[in-house]
Amino acid sequence: MYKFLICWRYLRTRYIALVSIVSVMLGVATMIVVNSVMSGFVSEMHNRLHGILSDVVLESRNYNGFSDPQEKMDKIREVAGDQVEAMTATVVVPALLTFRAGGESHHRPIQLVGVDAATQGEVSAFCKYLQHPENRKHPSFELRHGGYDTLDHQAGSDAKPREQMAIAGWEYRRRWADWAKAETVRRDLEEQRQPRTGSADNLPADPFAAVRAEEPEVVFDPAKDQYDGVVLGMALAVGYRDEQGLDHFMLMPGDDIRLTTATAGEPPKFQTKTFTVVDLYESKMSEYDSQLVFVPIDKLQQMRGMIDPTTGVGMVNQIQIKLKPGADGVEVRNRLQKAFASTHFIVSTWQDKQGPLLSAVYMEIAILNILLFFIIAVAGFGILAIFLMIVVEKTRDIGILKSLGASRAGIMGIFLGYGLSLGIVGSGVGMVLGLAFVHNINEIADWLGELTGKPLFDPSIYYFYKIPTIVNPWTIAWIVLGALGIAVLSSILPALRAALLHPVEALRYE
Amino acid sequence: MNRHVSREILDDHGDCSTTQLATTRGPVALDAKSHASVEPRRIDPAHAQGDVLRTTGLFKSFRKGPVEVPVLRGVDMSVRRGELLAIIGQSGSGKSTLLHLLGTLDAPDEGEVHFEGRRIDNLSSAQRDLLRNRRFGMIFQFYHLLPELNVLENVLTPLMITESVLGYLLRRRHHRRRATELLELLGLDHRLTHKPRELSGGEMQRTAIARALVTNPDLLLADEPTGNLDHETGREILEVLRALNREQNLTIVMVTHDQSIADQADRVVRLVDGQVQNA
Repeated sequence: MYKFLICWRYLRTRYIALVSIVSVMLGVATMIVVNSVMSGFVSEMHNRLHGILSDVVLESRNYNGFSDPQEKMDKIREVAGDQVEAMTATVVVPALLTFRAGGESHHRPIQLVGVDAATQGEVSAFCKYLQHPENRKHPSFELRHGGYDTLDHQAGSDAKPREQMAIAGWEYRRRWADWAKAETVRRDLEEQRQPRTGSADNLPADPFAAVRAEEPEVVFDPAKDQYDGVVLGMALAVGYRDEQGLDHFMLMPGDDIRLTTATAGEPPKFQTKTFTVVDLYESKMSEYDSQLVFVPIDKLQQMRGMIDPTTGVGMVNQIQIKLKPGADGVEVRNRLQKAFASTHFIVSTWQDKQGPLLSAVYMEIAILNILLFFIIAVAGFGILAIFLMIVVEKTRDIGILKSLGASRAGIMGIFLGYGLSLGIVGSGVGMVLGLAFVHNINEIADWLGELTGKPLFDPSIYYFYKIPTIVNPWTIAWIVLGALGIAVLSSILPALRAALLHPVEALRYE
Repeated sequence: MNRHVSREILDDHGDCSTTQLATTRGPVALDAKSHASVEPRRIDPAHAQGDVLRTTGLFKSFRKGPVEVPVLRGVDMSVRRGELLAIIGQSGSGKSTLLHLLGTLDAPDEGEVHFEGRRIDNLSSAQRDLLRNRRFGMIFQFYHLLPELNVLENVLTPLMITESVLGYLLRRRHHRRRATELLELLGLDHRLTHKPRELSGGEMQRTAIARALVTNPDLLLADEPTGNLDHETGREILEVLRALNREQNLTIVMVTHDQSIADQADRVVRLVDGQVQNA
């Protein structure tokens, strides 16, 4: 009983010891903040990666792909049908995106994905990332009349509006076509006004005019017609995001772009085709948003010559599989890999595909935790030093207690208990601080940004508007336990010293 | 072997049940296990005569650098039940060391200390802790109160040491009453919640006496109890001790260097150069 009473009194009267636990407190707070932010990022990444990638992918080792996807799907059902929920066949090839914006021609290397609009949504969160509310329900490669999101539907209410998107769709396409038409007329007029000079005068105005007039006119009115639809990754369409987090679009639904890819077969030939942007895809993983371009699978197969002229069945190079909830992806992968010759097929789970990225992040978290734990360990030495001081200061009291019959264990208990209670105070306050920080992290980041004049969390880098955080109670429990452990460990030596003091020496001590 | 012996020592609370203060004893008794001791009690002739403490051939020296300084050189003495014994000697004569040996705070280099006929100088430290806690009371020249605790808490400390947490909490009211009664007896009932630094020297010493008596000890060991007090206050403290000795038959061993204080004692043992000088 006296242990608790004396512990409590020491705790209330020795402020210097409270100073020694400030570092425990800060260490605990920092660890909680770092872990919460990191697990927020990881989980955000997980969700997005998992949203983009299907659970398990069966793909051919080359871009030419394999024929008869239906047969492969039947085989997959046979091997792992109990775990498979849905499947879709896709063609994924590298391609070149070309478009004109601001009077300049732009080129982007991309990953062209031929998808079946009907079934793609069943295996991954493809639809969820589209910008038209109707497309999110029923994805389609037809240009919509309008009604594209002007507010990021995935971000919170404080997302910055995308005002340009208000006119996207047919409205935008018509305006653009009218403007182009007007521009042509204007240019023609200008040319007529300026008389040609030099040898050009001798040439006929249009050497093919006569021929063209005879051809039946292919009537394609950009104001009313669209090419085949394409869904562009958001980062391809957004020219840049400014410091306020406002997006400036270079391409919007309604624009035309050109895609160049190589045909299947030997030797590959380049094929270029014009498409009309019908929607934008925003997974918020910049790697994907700046790379992925979706077109209808049959158009891509046509373009690449992947359709067997005799059967009319297209070749594909990927089958994406969605598993039932709770199914074991690794097990399905192993079963499929056994069933399909690994010389021709690769089977991978979505974690396999993003393995290096995820494990890099996990390693980062582990290293950060180790380093931060050292801060608390350093705090332990602070406690040790101050406790040794307190033991010296309290030598006489220790002698008194011994003369009253307190045992060694009892004296040790006082100082161990004191260390523990300091640990509790330190990690408790640290925990509250840490949790409060995590809770208000975005406000703090904004405030720090204002203070330093430089945004701390730049939305143009992360494509998040807010810092994601996840507070895991187990992590916090471990951090607090670790801090308590260090506080107790570092009070063992002073406690031992106190317990082993000779009572007479201690009483004589002045 | 020793274990059994010491249990018996601790069991035997002596004959002070007739004293007024002892009526509130009870919870201080040991746990049931100690009663299981089957070893027959050895009767020490000295014990039979009423010697509470007896020492034979005590030697103790301290090391000061390379030199061994002998402090006690063969001390033979005894304390009889119910007496107020004064140990008097010049400073450096070894009187405080002798008291520490009697109170098992220190162990002699040679010789034995017997308490109620059982040897106590070679007990384990845990057993000595028990002995000090339950059978001995000690007061010191510099009062040695715990500065963080108030008067009442200081007096309760030995009981808190005796009891487990649960036991203390269960009997808390009882213990508080006992401590308060003691403090009342010593005229400190208006000071219960004061910290030691708010008390005068005499009040601190009286608090220390209350603390020493709260577990109802058989023996009070006092190390220069008046040494740090002015003459008048010292006399008061001495009167308190005298009264305790007389009215409650409490055995008191008091160390002093002051002849006038020693004169108040029933018997005086004079220490000169670490040996008992027969007066």
